[in-house]
Amino acid sequence: MVNDLAERARTLRKHVVHLAADSPGAHVGGSMSVVEILTTLYFDGVLRVDPADPARPGRDRLIFSKGHSSAAYYAALAEAGFFPVSELDTYKKTGSRLAGHPHTGVPGVELATGSLGHGLPVGVGLAMAAQAQGLPSRVFVIVGDGECQEGSVWEAAMAAAHYQLDNLVVIVDRNGIQEDGPTEEIMALEPFADKWRAFGWATVEVDGHDVGELSNVLHEVPLTWSRPTAIIAKTVKGKGLSFSENTNAWHYGHLSADLKQQALQELGGAS
Amino acid sequence: MTALADLREGVRFDPATTTAFEACRLAQLDLAREDPRVVSVEADLGDCWGLEFRERMPDRFLDFGIAEASAVGAAAGLAMGGKRPFLNTFGTFALMRAAEQVRLDICYHRAPVVIAGMFTGIAAGFSGPTHHAIEDVSVARALPNLTVIAPADAVQAYDATRAAFAHNAPVYLRLGVEPGPQVYDAHESFEIGRGRVLREGSRLTIVTCGVTIVPEVLKAAERLGDVEVIDMPTIKPIDRELLVRSASRTGRVVTVEEHSTIGGLGSAVAEVLAEHAPVPLRRIGLPDAFVKEIGDYAEQLRRFELDAEGVERQVRAWVS
Repeated sequence: MVNDLAERARTLRKHVVHLAADSPGAHVGGSMSVVEILTTLYFDGVLRVDPADPARPGRDRLIFSKGHSSAAYYAALAEAGFFPVSELDTYKKTGSRLAGHPHTGVPGVELATGSLGHGLPVGVGLAMAAQAQGLPSRVFVIVGDGECQEGSVWEAAMAAAHYQLDNLVVIVDRNGIQEDGPTEEIMALEPFADKWRAFGWATVEVDGHDVGELSNVLHEVPLTWSRPTAIIAKTVKGKGLSFSENTNAWHYGHLSADLKQQALQELGGAS
Repeated sequence: MTALADLREGVRFDPATTTAFEACRLAQLDLAREDPRVVSVEADLGDCWGLEFRERMPDRFLDFGIAEASAVGAAAGLAMGGKRPFLNTFGTFALMRAAEQVRLDICYHRAPVVIAGMFTGIAAGFSGPTHHAIEDVSVARALPNLTVIAPADAVQAYDATRAAFAHNAPVYLRLGVEPGPQVYDAHESFEIGRGRVLREGSRLTIVTCGVTIVPEVLKAAERLGDVEVIDMPTIKPIDRELLVRSASRTGRVVTVEEHSTIGGLGSAVAEVLAEHAPVPLRRIGLPDAFVKEIGDYAEQLRRFELDAEGVERQVRAWVS
C-alpha cells in the first residue's frame, strides 16, 4: 500500500512538472511539498468523498487553503476522478476552469482559495454545522506555514478549540520557506507546534513526505476527543527536484523544456 | 402605534421606541423558532439586543469573540454546511474590518448569510469616528451577489429581515442604532428591490432611505410643498423602473442619505439617471471626510443638515 501511495505521489509530481512547463508557470515549491499530504488524503481512504457525487450530503470536506499550490491539488482531484486527467492540459489556459487559484467551478473544490487565511475560519463553520446536525462529516484544512502568519488563522484556531471541534483537522505544510525566504527570517513561526498546543489543539508533528506516517495519523483523527487536530507536516519546499528543493527561487516559476525533461528524469522517466 | 404587536402572536414591541436593529433581532428570534437552521453569529456585541436570543437559543448563539475575520468566515462555512446564519455586529466591523471575508467567503460562494449591521452612519454620535460607518454602503454595493437594504424604521426592519432570510443569498442590512419615528404600517409588505412612493408630488423627486432620515425627509417635504418622496430601502438592486418613472415626470431629483455622498444611495441613483433619465441631480449626504466632532445623534444630523430643516434648506438653495 505504501508503495502504491509512493507511486501515486510520483504521478502527482509529474503532473505538477507538466503544468509548470506547459503553462505560464505554477507554484512549484508549495505544490511539490504538499504532494504526499494530498496523496494520503485522496488515495489512502482517508477522505470520504465521492467523485461521482461531489456534493453528496454528509461527505468529508477538504479545504485546500493554500490555493496557490493548485497544480498539485488539480493533479490529485483529476487522479481521484473528479474530472478527466486530460483536462489538466488546460491549466491556466484561456477558457479553462483550472485557474491559478482553485474555485468552486472545479468539481471537488469546496472553497475558492488562494487569498490566504480564509480556509480555517470557513472550516470552523463547516465543522460546527456538521456537529450541530449530527453529521459524520469531518473537515480537513490544508494550510501553508507562511499562511499561518495571517491573524485569521489564529482567530479560527481559538474558535475551533473553544467549540471543541474534534471533527476539524488542520494539516500544515511546514516546508519552512515562503515567497520572500525562510519563514524564520521573514516572520518567525517557531515554536510552531507549541503555538497550536497552546491554542488547545491536539498537535502532532510528522514527516510530511512519509506516506506511512501520514496515513497512520490521518486514520487516527481525532487524536483527542473534544479537541481539533493539528498535524504539522514537515516537508521540503520543491520536494523531488534537485533544482527546486529548499529554495524560494521555485516558489513560482515556469519550467523550460530542458528543465522539464530533467525534472521528469529525476522523477523516474517521462509519463 | 403597536402595529407589530397586532401582526402576530408572541411579538410585543413598541415601534416608537424600538430600534431597527432590535426589530431585526426580534425577527431573527422568530425565524429561529420557525426554522431550526437559523443561528446567530456574534462578535462580542451580543448584548446589543441579542441577549434574548442567547437566553432562548443558547446552542444557536455562536459567539466568536472579538474576531470578525473568523466570525465572517465561519458564518460562510455554517451556511455552506446547511445552517442559516445571521451575522450581527457593527456595520463598520463586518464590511470593512472583514471586507475580504465578506467578499470571498460569503459573496463569491453566494453563501446565504444575512449581515445585520448596526451603528451605521453617524448614529454612534458620542462614540467617535472609529464607530461610524459612513462608507459601508459604498463597499457593500461594489460586492457581487450582495443585496443591500437600509430600512426606514423598526417595522420595515422586521419585515426586511424576514425578506432577507427568504432571499436565501447574501444580504447586508443597514440598521442604524437609534430608534426613529415610524414610517410604515406593519401590514405593508416588503419586497426586495422595490421602492415605495411615500408622498406624491410633481416639482421634484426626493429619493431617500434609512432610519430617521426618511421621516426627516418627509417632514422637509411637507414644508417644501409639491415634491415626491420615494423610500428606496433596497439600494442594490435599486428600483430602476420607479426611479426613471418619477424622475421623468418631475424632472429633478434629490437624494438624501446618512452616508458619504461617494458610493451610497446618491451614487446608485446617479448611475441610473445618467444612463436612463438624465435630469438635474443633487446628492445630500455626509461629506467626504471623517466625522471628528462628537455629539448626540440629533445634533450630528443638524450639523450635517440631514434633519428636516437642513434638508429643506439644502433643497431650496439648490432649486432657487
